[in-house]
Amino acid sequence: MARLTINGRSLEVNVSPSTPLLWAIREQVGLTGTKYGCGIAQCGSCTVHIDGAAVRSCVVPVSAAAGKQITTIEGLAVGSVLHKVQKAWLDHEVPQCGYCQAGMIMAVAALLKDKPKPTDAEIDAGITNICRCGTFQQVREAIHAAAKA
Amino acid sequence: MITITPKIDRRSFIIGTAAVGGGLALGLNIPFGGRVVRAQGGAPEVTHWVVIRPDDTVVIRIARSEMGQGTLTGLAQMVAEELECDWSKVTTEYPTPGQSVARKRIWGDFSTGGSRGIRSSQEYVRQGGATARTMLIQAAADAWKVPASECSAADSVITHRPSGRTTTYGKVAEAAAKLTPPTNVPLKDPKDWKLIGKSVKRLDTMDKLTGTQVYGADLKLPGMLNAAIKDCPVFGGKVKSFEPAKVKGMPGVRHVVPVGDSAVAVVADTWWEAKTALDALPIVWDEGPNAKVSSATIAEMLKEGLSADQAFVANQNGDVKAAIAGAAKKIEAVYAYPFQNHAPMEPMNATARYTADRCEVWVPTQNGEGAFAATLAASGLPADKCEVYKIHPGGGFGRRVAHHDYVTQAVLIAKQMPGTPVKLLWTREEDMLHGKYHPVMQCKLVGAFDAANNLTGLHMRLSGQSILSDVRPEALQQGKDPLVFQGLNPSGEFAIGYSVPNLLIDHAMRNTHVPPGFWRGVNINQNAIFLECFLDELAHAAGQDPLEFRRKLMSKHPKHLAVLNAVADRAGWGKPAPQRVFRGLAQMMSFNSYVAACAEISVSGGNKIKVHRIVAATDCGYAVNPAQIERQIAGSFVYGLSGLFMEECTVKDGRIEQTNFNSYDSMRIAQMPKVESIIMPSGGFWGGVGEPTICVAAPAVLNAFFAATGKRIRTVPLKNHGITLV
Repeated sequence: MARLTINGRSLEVNVSPSTPLLWAIREQVGLTGTKYGCGIAQCGSCTVHIDGAAVRSCVVPVSAAAGKQITTIEGLAVGSVLHKVQKAWLDHEVPQCGYCQAGMIMAVAALLKDKPKPTDAEIDAGITNICRCGTFQQVREAIHAAAKA
Repeated sequence: MITITPKIDRRSFIIGTAAVGGGLALGLNIPFGGRVVRAQGGAPEVTHWVVIRPDDTVVIRIARSEMGQGTLTGLAQMVAEELECDWSKVTTEYPTPGQSVARKRIWGDFSTGGSRGIRSSQEYVRQGGATARTMLIQAAADAWKVPASECSAADSVITHRPSGRTTTYGKVAEAAAKLTPPTNVPLKDPKDWKLIGKSVKRLDTMDKLTGTQVYGADLKLPGMLNAAIKDCPVFGGKVKSFEPAKVKGMPGVRHVVPVGDSAVAVVADTWWEAKTALDALPIVWDEGPNAKVSSATIAEMLKEGLSADQAFVANQNGDVKAAIAGAAKKIEAVYAYPFQNHAPMEPMNATARYTADRCEVWVPTQNGEGAFAATLAASGLPADKCEVYKIHPGGGFGRRVAHHDYVTQAVLIAKQMPGTPVKLLWTREEDMLHGKYHPVMQCKLVGAFDAANNLTGLHMRLSGQSILSDVRPEALQQGKDPLVFQGLNPSGEFAIGYSVPNLLIDHAMRNTHVPPGFWRGVNINQNAIFLECFLDELAHAAGQDPLEFRRKLMSKHPKHLAVLNAVADRAGWGKPAPQRVFRGLAQMMSFNSYVAACAEISVSGGNKIKVHRIVAATDCGYAVNPAQIERQIAGSFVYGLSGLFMEECTVKDGRIEQTNFNSYDSMRIAQMPKVESIIMPSGGFWGGVGEPTICVAAPAVLNAFFAATGKRIRTVPLKNHGITLV
């Protein structure tokens, strides 16, 4: 049993403390925008924000996330107003299959909070998510566009 | 009943699918006499491709699968072009395979592979739009009691030209649906296209930005349980024994079941509980006859084929043996390409619900009909008692097109708990160990020159695996697998772009126990490396510029030459490159498109490659949505360069050694080159887009590496040579 604060809502989840946050979010809370890709923090599909920082939720036990502010892709927009990263993604038509994009968007949103006008080198260092469709060219364009927004 | 649409929200999705499971039969009114076929919600089908709702919403049916490549939008553009509807009112839905079978395959082929989505259905989907437009206009003319020839349609509005009267598609759709569809409605001349050729926005972007898009792994059904599975890690092995009692008491565990004779699944309330229990479950495998096979034994088998007497011939002219025997100079090289896993971001999954008289499957698939066939076979039920609901895959790349092993497994699990829906999701590890791998291939090439350094002969001997002999043996041609020769054929959609006076291209088929599959680009990936790198070797051996050397062999292949010239011109071939930057070229005909690339790289420390830019040209005949073609080109290079630098599945003790992205890497944004696309559709034919360009990435980079270092690399991946992509 753990109490989690997800997208501003406080929730009880009935899982063992070692359960990865990813699976508590997907299977207990029912928010499936956060994806399972590898389970070992390699691909970044499961990226969420914990207290504003991007983390790979597949390797964070629920016990480590209790009491902190967790934001998932579903909580990024404010009502129907898209976050500037989502807006840039829409304008630049970034997603192909889209499976990795929630994690990619969450990673970029955190990067921009830290570095509002990232250089290409800072993007290279900060964004290490895997995208098998290969959307990187549009991802980079959209990051720069979001930074200007 | 069409219940799954790409834009449907999760709540209505569940309600919709549950309603189908509630026994409402197929939910479709199959027309007899003048009855109208209705989609869910009651809106009439004008043709089977087009449903129009009273509010003027146009629902376009898409039989192919959208897995990121944009085919959903492209196919909708094709229908809408002829329909003359308001593009802003277009939405799409997948017909189900069960409905298609019940209606004599009215939607044609569902298979979404071979870059065929648009090119092999373009004519009949445009016809579907044109027929519907004709019927809508006729219905309006009938209501107005005027000749249809006095009416025209644009943006979903029908106008009676003499009187100026107007109506909308939504108002006449009901009457139009009752009309007998006309046949052979003429299609527009391409010069009159307004929507085809335009970079309209994709129809499926928004839900992918907000977490709303439901993938197979995300599916929820009432009362659903979750399954995790382990199949024998040695291909061809079986389960000897397992001990359910050891895990039955673990949290959430409901069932521990055998799946066929080679796998075991744990079924639990949540997937994490199922996976946790499966990890704790003792399983003893009977590893079978392949437990000693290794990459080395496979390589030995292929090596033998390089000089074997028997081989299937695909392309032959002149007398290559005589040309080589009489050569003033002879060049020889051996190349090799490894097993590779597709590794789509969404691991394999399927959800099944079985009862004695109905079996339903929800699955991300590239081929709804393939999933349907697997459902029938595994359930043992006839077609009218089965249904498959397609879900957009989180990547496919060929893994989800010819193989539905995960569907078979899901049904076999669900059969053991009738009435309960079960979602089977593979771990990444299971996905890596049970792929349908890019086939292994070796190639020995021999080139012959006369005293004037003219290329007089070329022999390419392929040795390795046949996909078709494993997947569709009935498609072999007297034992020969024609797909092995992609890019090397004398003619057709994979024609070689060179004329050599004495030529022989043949294949010694050497199959392995590792199951092969169609990996994005398929066999042209290795053939492009073999041919285009070896041509580079020959050019250098003859002391000639690689572009000029190629051009001399291409005079009878103007479309191949045009794309090659285009990249050479744009990249500035023959002009000085930036300091320490070196260029390499490649061209192929691939999936009926002509493609070429010029890569610009620099090499530091002898082994760190930076790919600065790739100029890529494609002539796909007609370019339906140029913005999406650009994205496919850039994306295909991510797949191709990941394959070139990083990806190999090695075999030890009969099983694949790589289990996750830490041992099977994939490109990141830092490694992404700038990709400049030249889209140069020359018209008159339809070429593919999703796969063709992938094959030129690797040889262009390898040829640039030779230009930079004088070192020729002939085996993939480059990590085995200590070379990294930076």
